[in-house]
Amino acid sequence: MADIDQTALLQFLLRMGDNTLILGHRVSEWCGKAPVLEEDIALANTALDLIGQTQLWLGYAAEVQGEGKSADDLAFLRDAWDFRNVLLVELPNGDFGQTLMRQFFFDAWSSILMPRLANSADPRIAEIAEKATKEVAYHVERSADTVVGLGDGTEESHTRMQAALDYLYPYVGEFFLSDEGDAALAAAGIAPDPASLRSEYDTFVERVMARATLTLPEDRFAHSGGRNGRMHTEHLGHILTQMQWLQRAYPGNTW
Amino acid sequence: MYAQMVKSTGKGVTPREEMSDEERAFQDRVDADIKIEPRDWMPEGYRKTLIRQIGQHAHSEIVGQLPEGNWITRAPTLERKMILLAKVQDEAGHGLYLYAAAETLGITRDDMTEQLLSGKMKYSSIFNYPTLTWADMGAVGWLVDGAAIMNQVPLQRTSYGPYSRAMIRICKEESFHQRQGYDIMMKMAQGSEAQKRMAQDALNRFWYPSLMMFGPSDAESVHSAQSMAWKIKMNTNDELRQKFVDQTVPQAEFLGLTVPDENLKWNEDRGHYDFSQPDWDEFFNVLKGNGPCNAERLSARQKAWDEGQWVRDGLLAHARKSAARKVAAE
Repeated sequence: MADIDQTALLQFLLRMGDNTLILGHRVSEWCGKAPVLEEDIALANTALDLIGQTQLWLGYAAEVQGEGKSADDLAFLRDAWDFRNVLLVELPNGDFGQTLMRQFFFDAWSSILMPRLANSADPRIAEIAEKATKEVAYHVERSADTVVGLGDGTEESHTRMQAALDYLYPYVGEFFLSDEGDAALAAAGIAPDPASLRSEYDTFVERVMARATLTLPEDRFAHSGGRNGRMHTEHLGHILTQMQWLQRAYPGNTW
Repeated sequence: MYAQMVKSTGKGVTPREEMSDEERAFQDRVDADIKIEPRDWMPEGYRKTLIRQIGQHAHSEIVGQLPEGNWITRAPTLERKMILLAKVQDEAGHGLYLYAAAETLGITRDDMTEQLLSGKMKYSSIFNYPTLTWADMGAVGWLVDGAAIMNQVPLQRTSYGPYSRAMIRICKEESFHQRQGYDIMMKMAQGSEAQKRMAQDALNRFWYPSLMMFGPSDAESVHSAQSMAWKIKMNTNDELRQKFVDQTVPQAEFLGLTVPDENLKWNEDRGHYDFSQPDWDEFFNVLKGNGPCNAERLSARQKAWDEGQWVRDGLLAHARKSAARKVAAE
């Protein structure tokens, strides 16, 4: 592949791996603190799948980068400005409703993207996506059911879920912002143009929110700056401070 | 297992001639290694003791997520993070099987949770110690899971069917956890000076609390005698503690670490290691709530329970509405 494609490819792989890494970190913060034991198990399972996907995406990213680095090097030794995840996944857990609403917005996107990536012209991407598709299908079923259950639950749970929806929705649009690199990958049949996923996503999300008796905001304003690294939220630095601490404090040690 | 000082009837073993016909038939089944199942007749003391024991074990699995959860977000590699997540997920799963086993004895999971939070039911003293460095993730797997396995392996043969079956599933996963813990210790013990120091420090801090996991000597305990007659306790605490020390000391030597006990010595005549007892005053203090992390562990569980109320209520309300809609549609 041409040089420009390698740059775009690396960017894409970092975006995929950083999304799952940061979201996996956030979800793992729930460990031992969920509202009910079954949710503790489900949240740990989700985090585990996400970190597993991270290993694959960042492992491939490190190969494409060609600097002799590993997935761990990329996860633990980059600073915030080199991260390429969408802002949504950095946002704090909030209450359980906010965590599950964030998870649903992510899972819904991932469940539409993964089956398409499974047909990627890049066999490595196709292979990773094939594996992730199965996990994501389970994740989205669970997060959608929980959003519906809590949206259409008690008055309190409904109010909390609507608040979570209102807070998070402005971060959804970033999934669908396309740049030149995305266009190059789409032209090469490596990954679909992000914008092309929006209508299917909207249809799906609208259907789930209707069952949940929740109202989607009219305003389509989208915060951005994560997937191109232009401007992350203040939260990312704190996540990295915690996640990277051992690797930074004891450089070069093996664990 | 993570049950310590589980009270039984307090009366000692009932002599056979004083047993009712039902009790005698029950004891005969236990003696013949025929499993007792939920619908079978059982003495009230057997049922209550089992609820206390299984409940304490279940609570330990749940509270036990916290000291390890403390390091998930700081795990040093992606692979270590995944292993730790899988382990904590397994522990929540163990809690689930055990609560389900206890529920067959006529108590609900919510009741048991309320009793944990009110302090009426206990969890293992070990989880009231802090996890301060990454090596503690190794020490917890190696020593704490190692000590738990000592107790759990014989309990696979326990007389109560649902408990025995839960224990069989749990044992498979626990031995995997122990190997993972030892693997972390190995990496640390063979690593940099700082890592070696962390490994030795973890062993220093976790050695005696691990010995405490078996509970004080129960050679004279009426509770233990009754539990052993009912086969819900298979060995004395001292037997298991000795077995643990005999197994663990060579592993520590292999790692190049020093067990923090000046009196530790192989005794040729006994064919066992001689070793120092832990500080039992400290143990009783931890049980009373004065361990380094008691207040934090319980308040974390209380917070999870309180803040989860709206979620449990919401999901229940939705389930009821869905069921009503389904009925209306039929």
